[in-house]
Amino acid sequence: MVKRPRGAIIGIGELQPERYSEGKTTLSLIAESVQLALQDAAITKDEIDGLLVGPQVGETPQHVPATVSEYLGISPAMSNTVDLGGATGAGMIWRAAAAIEAGMCETVVCVLANKNERDSAPRSPNRNPIREFDVPFGASGANTSYALLKRQHMEQYGSQQEDFARIAYWSRKNALKNPKAIFYNKPVELEDISHSPIISDPLHLLEIVMPCAGGAAVIVTSEEKAKKAAKQPVFLRGAGEKITHRAVSQAPALDQLPFQYSIPQSLRQANISAEELDLFSLYDCYTSVVAVQLESIGLCEQGKFGDFIRKHSFSHDGDYPLNTHGGQLGFGQADLAGGMSHVIEAVVQLRGEAGERQIPNAKHALVTGNGATLSETTSLVLGGELS
Amino acid sequence: MNISFPEPTITPITKPFWDSMEQKKFNLQRCEDCKHWIFYPRAHCPHCFGNRLTWQEATGKGRLKTWSIVHRASHPAWQSLTPYAVGIVELEEGPSMLTHLLIRAEELHYQLPVEISYHVLNERQLPFFKKRGGA
Repeated sequence: MVKRPRGAIIGIGELQPERYSEGKTTLSLIAESVQLALQDAAITKDEIDGLLVGPQVGETPQHVPATVSEYLGISPAMSNTVDLGGATGAGMIWRAAAAIEAGMCETVVCVLANKNERDSAPRSPNRNPIREFDVPFGASGANTSYALLKRQHMEQYGSQQEDFARIAYWSRKNALKNPKAIFYNKPVELEDISHSPIISDPLHLLEIVMPCAGGAAVIVTSEEKAKKAAKQPVFLRGAGEKITHRAVSQAPALDQLPFQYSIPQSLRQANISAEELDLFSLYDCYTSVVAVQLESIGLCEQGKFGDFIRKHSFSHDGDYPLNTHGGQLGFGQADLAGGMSHVIEAVVQLRGEAGERQIPNAKHALVTGNGATLSETTSLVLGGELS
Repeated sequence: MNISFPEPTITPITKPFWDSMEQKKFNLQRCEDCKHWIFYPRAHCPHCFGNRLTWQEATGKGRLKTWSIVHRASHPAWQSLTPYAVGIVELEEGPSMLTHLLIRAEELHYQLPVEISYHVLNERQLPFFKKRGGA
């Protein structure tokens, strides 16, 4: 049998994303998120003996776990900052399970939150190779980097603008069934997406996540303790992770991107096939990121996501439910907590708590995370039952 | 408003690259052990992890892997020049680099042959690229 980290999610807490967070601090948003997760798990903070938290650029750049522990009034026996960009949320879940299996702790809170202020100061200056070899040529920021990857896909495989727009279309359509989504009551048509302003050609505005403030916390515990949990536990069935580069100029070819390792690895650990998955909760900072994942899962041939997306339905009652919470394209991206929204939607669906957008008999969900420019990828298979 | 363009953050290891730029020479590192060319400059070879790296002049030729026309730049100095083209060039020697493209949008295509075109910005020579054989 394939070895895998064992653990279960027994509590989730998520703040409603908001465009700007006037007067809040990242620490206060962390505390709010953790409080919600503790309430959901029906446990007290005294039962928390592990802490995983993300970096908080500009606010608490160093000693993050100690600062957060002090603020929350907890004394973890295991703590770490997880720094995988958008892959941080999913990456925390298997790290928590691994720490529990190693005997360092039993109940870990994984938390990510960020404020987003109007006219906020630029992030801390860095001196890394991107700053030296990309920025001086006029290519700073994620939009241009992802535009470069999208253009390469279009040129290499002949994919069309409308293929990418369809990904955003489904996210926005699914967001109409999630009252917490930032685009809950803002429907768009396919043409609206293709005709939205060009930010960095070929990337359009509505193919890009909306940056906002928010937070999310997930409580992971041992399979043993999960059996006594207040709500139906959601078990970690498999995980995969791969990191290959940082700068888009150093990315491997589009047919060798790191998702091609991390996604199959998680399915192997879980011992299930892609066709057995009931929910695809795929990281979607940009439309093109979903495209390469559909191809990496093996749902369609390399380069052929466009044909696939035209032929199927991606709503909760469709044949391939994809980002039923609206994805980050529809839900909003609360910085690193945006990645955790994919974990939380999987838990909500597997517990049967998704209300109007509930998938019938959801048993297995694939959850992914992606950081930098398809640089850091993490994949999880979550299941509502213990195998 | 006079906003300056962001400068490269030069380190002692990368300085020979920028010094060669000032003489309009495109010098890259090459690994004496595994013979791979390396960009950006480093202390160790990322292929074999050897540290016998020497500087050699490269052809300055390559092919266009991908590009974007930037309409909204992340830096205010660059915003004043929008729309402009950036791209990733796969150099003849192997490595890829991000660069500014002095090529009209309608002429850009996958695998377009390109070559170096030194361009002064902030009084510094930068390796921009143009269409090979182009003006």
